[in-house]
Amino acid sequence: MNMINKEPERYDIEALLPWHAAGTLSRRDADRVEQALAGDRELARRYDLVREELAETIHLNETLGAPSARAMEKLFAAIDAEEARAPRRQRTFDFGTRISEFLSSFTPRTLAWSATAAAAAILVQAAVITSVVVKEQGTSTGPSLASAASDGSFAVVRFAPQATATDITNFLGAYKATVVEGPLNMGGQLYRIRLSEAKLPKDEVGKIIRQMQGESKVVGFIAVNE
Amino acid sequence: MQAKSDEVLIGRIANGDRLAMQVLYARHHVRVFRFVVRLVRDEGMAEDLISEVFLDVWRQAGRFEGRSAVSTWMLAIARFKALSALRRRPDEELDEEAAGAIEDPGDDPGTTLEKKDKGAIIRKCLVGLSADHREIIDLVYYHEKSVEEVAEIVGIPENTVKTRMFYARKRLAELLKAQGIERGWP
Repeated sequence: MNMINKEPERYDIEALLPWHAAGTLSRRDADRVEQALAGDRELARRYDLVREELAETIHLNETLGAPSARAMEKLFAAIDAEEARAPRRQRTFDFGTRISEFLSSFTPRTLAWSATAAAAAILVQAAVITSVVVKEQGTSTGPSLASAASDGSFAVVRFAPQATATDITNFLGAYKATVVEGPLNMGGQLYRIRLSEAKLPKDEVGKIIRQMQGESKVVGFIAVNE
Repeated sequence: MQAKSDEVLIGRIANGDRLAMQVLYARHHVRVFRFVVRLVRDEGMAEDLISEVFLDVWRQAGRFEGRSAVSTWMLAIARFKALSALRRRPDEELDEEAAGAIEDPGDDPGTTLEKKDKGAIIRKCLVGLSADHREIIDLVYYHEKSVEEVAEIVGIPENTVKTRMFYARKRLAELLKAQGIERGWP
């Protein structure tokens, strides 16, 4: 068996052993570790130590028990009290509220820089789409939805992070499309857009979607929405 | 699969679905509790804190963007709550716990080994680690969090995650050595 001679590389691999034992490495890193383990007896011995720690950590945690029913009762009593004071609204296209709530969420120190950057990108895009909707619908009281969102043909779209207000305006204008709802409660920043006031045949909708998919500067993801 | 299903629940919770909240609670409360109890070393306090964690989930579900797994997001909230609670706790209480967490290594290690099996000694030493080291060991080994997820929960760079894990394991090896278990590493 050959040992890994390059110390820095070995250190890198050894640092990954705990995650390899827990099965949380990417396929690529897992393959690197497996390859190194196969050729390095000392590393394999150290991996056994990691596995021993893993087993005992699980054992230890499993002996910690579980919270009593009191915790759940307290939680739902608090939820009931909140709902009695201020019943929750269904999520709407209320960007003002969303943005102010969103900014307030920046206080916990648990937010890493990467999360902050991602959040800022969403904020910018939300502002972009808001401006588009406001412009398209000529309202001065804040963004609103296009009316009668049930008639016509629809798609859900996630705009590309780099898309500007002009890009989105031009894109919607070119296809005579309107934002009718969003962000949707489906994870990510999805918006529902109306492709046509009339219900179009499926193949025609498919054709429009394929064309829109080609606009990669503006469209990150798009799919038919029945 | 569960991560996706958690996201669906969060979407429903954002719209005020109480049943979805119950499902999410049933699915995660034990693990969140164990994570918190290992940080604060007080079951009563941990119970109070998990109620607060899930109440925050209820309140903030509408802001969840799906960039990380729901469990990762919840552990980050739990950690924040636990550390805030610890900061409010008197220092003397913490010192007493730290002192009592591990046996005096000055006793005869050979006798200790005879009395206890190796696994029990490892678990005892895991309890004796510092809060930072306990936390990272638990997140990696028990909560099955990747390097990226640990970085997000703890709020440190990914390279620091790896380094901290290394030092946590090194400290564990030192504690084991003091208990008569020589592992030949580091």
